[in-house]
Amino acid sequence: MNDVLLQVKDLTVSYGDIPAVKGISFHVQRGEIFTLIGANGAGKSSTLRAISGLMHYGGMVTFDGHELCGIPADRVVARGLAQVPEGRGIFGNLTVLENLRLGAWLRRDRQGIREDIEKILESLPRLKERLRQSAGTLSGGEQQMLAIGRALMSRAKMLLLDEPSMGLAPKLVADIYATLREIHAAGTTILLVEQNANLALRLAHRAAVMETGAITLSGDSVALLASPEVQRAYLGA
Amino acid sequence: MAYFAQQAVNAISLGFLYALIALGYTMVYGVLTMINFAHGDLFMLGAFICLLLVTFSPIALPFPILLVLVMLIIGGLGGLIERLAYRPLRDAPRVSAVITALGCGLVISNTTLSISPYSRAMPEVFNDQYFNVFGVGISTLQMLIIGVSLALMIGLDALIQKSRFGMALRAVAFDARSAPLMGISVNRIISLTFLIGTGLGGAAGMLYGMAFPVISASMGVLVGWKAFIAAVIGGIGNIRGAVLGGFILGTVEIFSVATLPSTYRDLISYSLLLVILIFKPYGILGRAPNIKV
Repeated sequence: MNDVLLQVKDLTVSYGDIPAVKGISFHVQRGEIFTLIGANGAGKSSTLRAISGLMHYGGMVTFDGHELCGIPADRVVARGLAQVPEGRGIFGNLTVLENLRLGAWLRRDRQGIREDIEKILESLPRLKERLRQSAGTLSGGEQQMLAIGRALMSRAKMLLLDEPSMGLAPKLVADIYATLREIHAAGTTILLVEQNANLALRLAHRAAVMETGAITLSGDSVALLASPEVQRAYLGA
Repeated sequence: MAYFAQQAVNAISLGFLYALIALGYTMVYGVLTMINFAHGDLFMLGAFICLLLVTFSPIALPFPILLVLVMLIIGGLGGLIERLAYRPLRDAPRVSAVITALGCGLVISNTTLSISPYSRAMPEVFNDQYFNVFGVGISTLQMLIIGVSLALMIGLDALIQKSRFGMALRAVAFDARSAPLMGISVNRIISLTFLIGTGLGGAAGMLYGMAFPVISASMGVLVGWKAFIAAVIGGIGNIRGAVLGGFILGTVEIFSVATLPSTYRDLISYSLLLVILIFKPYGILGRAPNIKV
């Protein structure tokens, strides 16, 4: 396994004069699940937003052999990177079906879109019942599922997820993680940002720990899960 | 009774005109939460462009062609203003954008004024005829105003509710920060929204100029403000609200002129705005904005 899909080098992001990400480097291999964990404000979301082109950044981001720097967000999606943003970013005034269709905005293959919608609804039956309902009426868990399904509609090579467990009951979080496992099994590479270190480390192959804009630990997620630093700082042991 | 019915016909055609202009305000507000204060002046320009086309065209242009040309020219100008004046200020404080919009409006109205310092008579675009339907007089022009406005509104509604562009427009209006993650070019959607919104305003200007055939560089100010009121009454940002607000304002104006001294007209429409805003601060169909944390 030496096929790097996403390479991040010396990434810096700042809000005005305040640095949020201070030159981090990591890579994600094709077919793996990589997770960035860390406390609120560590710079995880800023990292994702930078990779997706939603924020200006310094350093280098290479995806599937192409440099992404300077490409606006709406064109990064075309390269095969789909983000499920923090807070889900569901269009509450649109129906569930319209949200899914928007996920396929850049695609022109009507037949394929229809098939993908079918496929996604099969694995997310709760959305099927609410297809014509406006997405704003869905529960938090359903909205998160919809956000993930919508991102899949772009047929992305890689999915970026920003705290999919946020604000959800444990049962729902377990459902979401089971779905992520299925998505990965179907061949999508995943970059997951989480505060819930325990869950994320159990799902991922490799991980990095972020603290105040820098990566302090990284490596195999099983090893990280067992490491005393992670145990103490994030798992309350 | 006939008198009442007559006034109702007048109210409907005026209401349609206000609604057409109000749609431009409300569409732009919907995607940018910004009031395009140049909209009234673009409306005025619609009438003048029509005048120019009729005066200088070597052949007599039929009404549909004129209408399309006016909409394209005014829509294009609206899109250009967005590109050159508003887009660079997208992330600036709202006040900067509002002042810029007011400035653009002043440039348009004063440029027009410098070219045409006096009011001008709008030539007749087609032969207007008067029909008497059960004692109520209705002109071809009034029917045309109602027909064209209705067609444009139905078209707009279909565009927004059914088309791919409309879906993206609603998505951008709801959350412009998430829309690019779908691959939607927010800039392109905003440009198109300006084009359509101001194009409708241009069409209204042309129809208004035909209905009240003395046009002047300052006509955009008062009519523009009133259409803005209509948009606010209906709930700014809400398409159906703009149409409803246009009708309410048209009806109130026509019937206040019909029953009270005509100088009370503007007092009454502006008071109506205040009263409605006391009870419905977001307009009749408007909803309180989602405060995102």
